[in-house]
Amino acid sequence: MENLMSRYRNVTILVAILFVQVLGLAVQVKRRAGADESTRVIRLWTVSAVTPFEKAIVWCQNGLGSLWSNYIYLRGVRQENRDLKFEIEQLRLEQVRLSDDAQQARRLQALLGFKEQYIAKTVAAQVIGSSGSEQSRSVYIDKGSSAGVEKDMAVITADGLVGRVLRAYGSSSQVLLINDQSSGVGVIMDKSRLQGVIKGTAAGEVILEKVMTDEQVAPGDLIVTSGGDQIFPKGITVGTVMKVSPGADLFLNIRVKPSANLSRLEEVLVITRKEDRAPSVADTNSVRAVDILTQRLPSVPDKPAADSNQPVTETPAKPAAAQKQVPAARKAAQETPKLAPTSTPSQPAPSETGTSEDKPH
Amino acid sequence: MPITYTSQDQVEVYRFSAPVAIAIPLVALFLQAFLPLRLHFFSLFDLPLLVVIFFAVARRSPVAGLLTGSLIGLLQDSLTHQPIGMYGIAKTVVGFGASSLGAKLDVDNVGARFLVTLFFYAVHEVVYFTVARGLVKLSLQWSWGHEIGGALLNAATAAVLFTLLDRFKQRA
Repeated sequence: MENLMSRYRNVTILVAILFVQVLGLAVQVKRRAGADESTRVIRLWTVSAVTPFEKAIVWCQNGLGSLWSNYIYLRGVRQENRDLKFEIEQLRLEQVRLSDDAQQARRLQALLGFKEQYIAKTVAAQVIGSSGSEQSRSVYIDKGSSAGVEKDMAVITADGLVGRVLRAYGSSSQVLLINDQSSGVGVIMDKSRLQGVIKGTAAGEVILEKVMTDEQVAPGDLIVTSGGDQIFPKGITVGTVMKVSPGADLFLNIRVKPSANLSRLEEVLVITRKEDRAPSVADTNSVRAVDILTQRLPSVPDKPAADSNQPVTETPAKPAAAQKQVPAARKAAQETPKLAPTSTPSQPAPSETGTSEDKPH
Repeated sequence: MPITYTSQDQVEVYRFSAPVAIAIPLVALFLQAFLPLRLHFFSLFDLPLLVVIFFAVARRSPVAGLLTGSLIGLLQDSLTHQPIGMYGIAKTVVGFGASSLGAKLDVDNVGARFLVTLFFYAVHEVVYFTVARGLVKLSLQWSWGHEIGGALLNAATAAVLFTLLDRFKQRA
């Protein structure tokens, strides 16, 4: 017997090690919810061993990049500055137009007693590493529980949704990307208001599920978060429809192009606090956007006699020329919601509503 | 034919200093986690697997090979969000197989290393997919093109990498 054991010693050890690992796997699969806690120690050890090197390299890389782009390579900066100034002017005009729509939407929401979620606080973080496996689409960021990051917090970029925090360690966190096959995000189509679920595939693609075949979905349609999953605030851009084809059962196969470039992530924002609040209506005396627009835009021809009957009440101090333009502009503004309804009034741009705590290093 | 059968006495057994035995797997894990962020195609590589094969073939001890494979695999698992043990099981099998093969054959030349890595990459992928689909119920898709490409890429890398790692070998 002893001879037999010594002869098959290697195979016995192999079988024993494999058995222990299979058993461990079975336990983790069996209690999937608690698996996170049972394997936390080994994960913490590995992450603690690897992330300091990743942080150091990212820090050096950013330092060198900053030195080069801020102090050495300044070619074309003047032209870029001119272009940016022009862009700011354009955006200001756009902002004026949008703020009018937003105010109107808020007034309506206040009338309906509608509460919406606002991004109250975000933490900027640097992406420092990945899982290193094609079967696990997750990344590590350099902010953890010490910076207020917790499990199930939403992670975004300026372009759109990235994913959610899966595990938060002391000074780093693991973020599950929306293209992982175990992720799921409640979404809504921007135009048609159809609801669905965004999921990842084994190949790393993003698909929209649970949309019936008789619904109208076209490539290019924008998809935003619905807020129904209680993780992601409502109105964050997720992506656009790439391809629609009839699928099995009664649902469409919809491939989605994520708005955020998930394969080139560098800096992200973690939404650390959301707030439910009803929109206020304290804007009744504010200057209407159309009035500002009439001052800025080139003059338009005089209105026909029929329109001149409409009263002008809000701009009594304006010059005569401007007063003539107001009715036409106001009429256009009144028509605007019908032509282009404010489909995502609650979408808060991170830079506007969030208060970023710190900048990535 | 690069692979030659040798008697047990002819095969050289190597060992590694403790810092090397710890640092090389950690560096492999670090690169595997860090580089795909900057070079997306790098996720095709499996550096921890190459390190497992290298150590297993050099030490030529099945027990040491399977323990090294198991440990590196478990560490690699812990960087993912999947249950721990999937890479662990696959790399345990590879570590055992590679060291058993190394004990019987002389696989210290470039051609042999290419073929050995090609073979064990395939073994690793088959075991991993079996465990992932059979035990964890993951819906992975097997793509022949992807697997063959990955096997060739990793085998070519191994031929170069093993030559560099040879510097750390010490005769037992």
